[in-house]
Amino acid sequence: MNDASERKLILSHFWVAFIAFVVACFMGEYQVLERSGFIAAWDSPSVYFASVSTHGVLMAFVLTTFFIMGFGYAIAASSLKQPLWNKPLAWLGFWMALIGVVLAAIPLLSGKASVLYTFYPPIVAHAAFYIGATLLVVGSWFWCVIMLVMFKQWKQANPGETMPLAMFATAMNALLWLWTSAGVAVEVLFQLIPLSLGWIDTIDPGLARTLFAWTLHPIVYFWLIPAYIAFYVFVPKQAGGYLFSDEMARLAFIVLAVFALPIGFHHLYMDPEQAKGWKFLHAIGTFVVALPTLVTGFTVIASLEIAGRLRGGKGMLGWVVCLPWTNTMVLAVILSLLMLIFGGFGGIVNASYAMNAMVHNTAWVPGHFHLIFAGTTVIMYLAIAYYVWPILVRKPLFSQPLAIVQLWTWFLGMTILTTPWHVLGLLGQPRRISTVVYNNLLTLAWKPYEFMMIFGGLILLGSAVLFIYILAKTQLSASAETVSVTIEFAEPLHAVESLPLWLNDFKLWNKVIAVLMAISFGYPILQFFFMDTSGSSPWGY
Amino acid sequence: MQKESLKQQLQNLSSQISAMHLDHLERKWITISLLVIGFFVGIMTIDAFFHGINPPGKVETVDSASLHLSKEFAEENLGVQVDDQGNITVRMVAGRYSFFPKHISVPAETRLTFRWVSMDVLHGVHIPMTNMSTMIVPGYVAEITTTFPKPGEYPMLCNEYCGLGHNHMWSNISVIAKENWTTPAKLVSKGGPSHE
Ligand code: HEM
Ligand SMILES: [Cu+2]
Ligand SMILES: [Cu+2]
Repeated sequence: MNDASERKLILSHFWVAFIAFVVACFMGEYQVLERSGFIAAWDSPSVYFASVSTHGVLMAFVLTTFFIMGFGYAIAASSLKQPLWNKPLAWLGFWMALIGVVLAAIPLLSGKASVLYTFYPPIVAHAAFYIGATLLVVGSWFWCVIMLVMFKQWKQANPGETMPLAMFATAMNALLWLWTSAGVAVEVLFQLIPLSLGWIDTIDPGLARTLFAWTLHPIVYFWLIPAYIAFYVFVPKQAGGYLFSDEMARLAFIVLAVFALPIGFHHLYMDPEQAKGWKFLHAIGTFVVALPTLVTGFTVIASLEIAGRLRGGKGMLGWVVCLPWTNTMVLAVILSLLMLIFGGFGGIVNASYAMNAMVHNTAWVPGHFHLIFAGTTVIMYLAIAYYVWPILVRKPLFSQPLAIVQLWTWFLGMTILTTPWHVLGLLGQPRRISTVVYNNLLTLAWKPYEFMMIFGGLILLGSAVLFIYILAKTQLSASAETVSVTIEFAEPLHAVESLPLWLNDFKLWNKVIAVLMAISFGYPILQFFFMDTSGSSPWGY
Repeated sequence: MQKESLKQQLQNLSSQISAMHLDHLERKWITISLLVIGFFVGIMTIDAFFHGINPPGKVETVDSASLHLSKEFAEENLGVQVDDQGNITVRMVAGRYSFFPKHISVPAETRLTFRWVSMDVLHGVHIPMTNMSTMIVPGYVAEITTTFPKPGEYPMLCNEYCGLGHNHMWSNISVIAKENWTTPAKLVSKGGPSHE
């Protein structure tokens, strides 16, 4: 990444992502305050739902997509050691996605798209919202094309060589995203846009939910994979050790991508439009996809142990103490894994449909995904930013100690925010409510937890602002010393000598995905064309 | 593709897998992980096939725009009904922003079949602390069967965003000790469920 224009491309993506992030954090804190009823004058469902819709879109679609694109470009350029292919196309994708975000933001902020980031019809938003979201996705497809072309070109130029792990995983993620986004793209193009423009009178909400479920599970792996890439290719090196197993890492990424796709019905466990047999099938797949995460946990901890022992750690747990806790990447991975353990426990509850019935759509659910998404995943985004910023702006990080404080406060804030959120769910509080007006004694028990959440959110907000401050200070500093470091990738403990083709290429896996998707979504989608359904006309909100 | 080559391919694959470098600790961990996953899947399978514990999913359609014209969900048929065999069915309509009827009474420790429909948009309903939970998707009948072990007054809360009044969408249900519960008089003779 010696090329200034490449660095500018990557930085532009990251800035869009992180500005969306910090703006949405302000909204998050407003939301916990509003729903607690603490400030009576703020009570307003129309503002609240406009805010939650915007917060959800900014966090789940804008932060993630732009971050992943920028990160992908950085990985491709640095791990393949070659210039980015077709920069104009990359910029076209960037601008298309950005224009899409602006186009969607107008109705979102003016309360004309308060349909939440899941946009479940037959509630319908202003068409600009759907068109903007489409542009964002199409822009990201350009990124996918660039990643896959670079993957292919490198293979052709280096026949028989092992694809660098970081690029292998990044290209896998691009392939995953193409498959993933197909479901929601069909929903938006054939149902939501035509309905919102009045070209069609009715749609089937059951079909819409099925198509959205196609996307809804693998999209979280699309968000998570950059964090896992950092686990495997940055962490061991930063900790001063080696990657425990390169082959196992590839296998984990493959199983992750392949099994993330055909299991979306765990989002429809409580739905009437799909039969229990399909739900059972998707439930099994949901448990299978826990395997790569368990393997990842093992590999990361084993890699950390190697590093800790190389640094002089002795005994059962002495190596933990010897880890470089003041390295942002190492600290982040430790905190990330801690949140993953608790989040994974919650995930098992959600995946088991009998237990899920108790917590479905309660406050437990946002509690769970803030922990695992805003926590486990985003803390790695933050650490990646700290790692690549000096490389991108060629100046030293403004303050290492402040960055450490920032990561700790993100973890602390997330713990304080999400623990009471889970409890509220167990106490029956529904998600997505702007006030508590149920005339019931039960709601008295909710109050203290809502106050705790305000406190947790405040810590998180401060932490997010500090993060932006550190990045901006780094970039704007008049520092005389120029940093010319490059991204360093971890070496595996055992050098990879030769890899079977199926661990170095996606052709086979693409076919496997196609077969699994045909099995798990074929009939469930086709049934809507054979059933005698009566569509729903559009509704406001 | 001929059988022979497929078999060969599989053999290749398995020899490649066994040639992969696998640390013995790693092998152990993967085995443990697989056992744990197998354990969970096993419980779910046994529950599904032997104990009848399944997610809802009857895939039964209804015209949400004309519920009042349907026999089953016409206003006078809503609420708790007992058929000749003593099976209890509760028919409920969800619409912005309430569940109808606003209040129902059901017996504790008794199998109840709920049939929920929406007259407008997507809703969800949950009775806190119980597993009476389902999405109510317009165009479909959401049927679930459950039993309430404990008598008491419970709220029924809408738990899927359905518009700006979503948080005002709730009703009440009284779960009455089995021996004190009496069949709602006007509904006894309505006959079996008309949907079958
Ligand atoms: C300052 C930190 C944050 C606070 C206080 C906060 C708070 C909230 C609140 C109160 C809601 C509304 C939930 C509901 O009505 O049920 C919400 C929704 C959401 N949050 Fe956050 N949040 C924060 C950060 C994040 C981050 C970092 C992410 C992900 C990267 C995130 C992702 C989401 C998403 C996707 C939704 C939409 C949920 C829905 O539509 O049901 N949040 N957040
Ligand atoms: Cu999922
Ligand atoms: Cu509702």
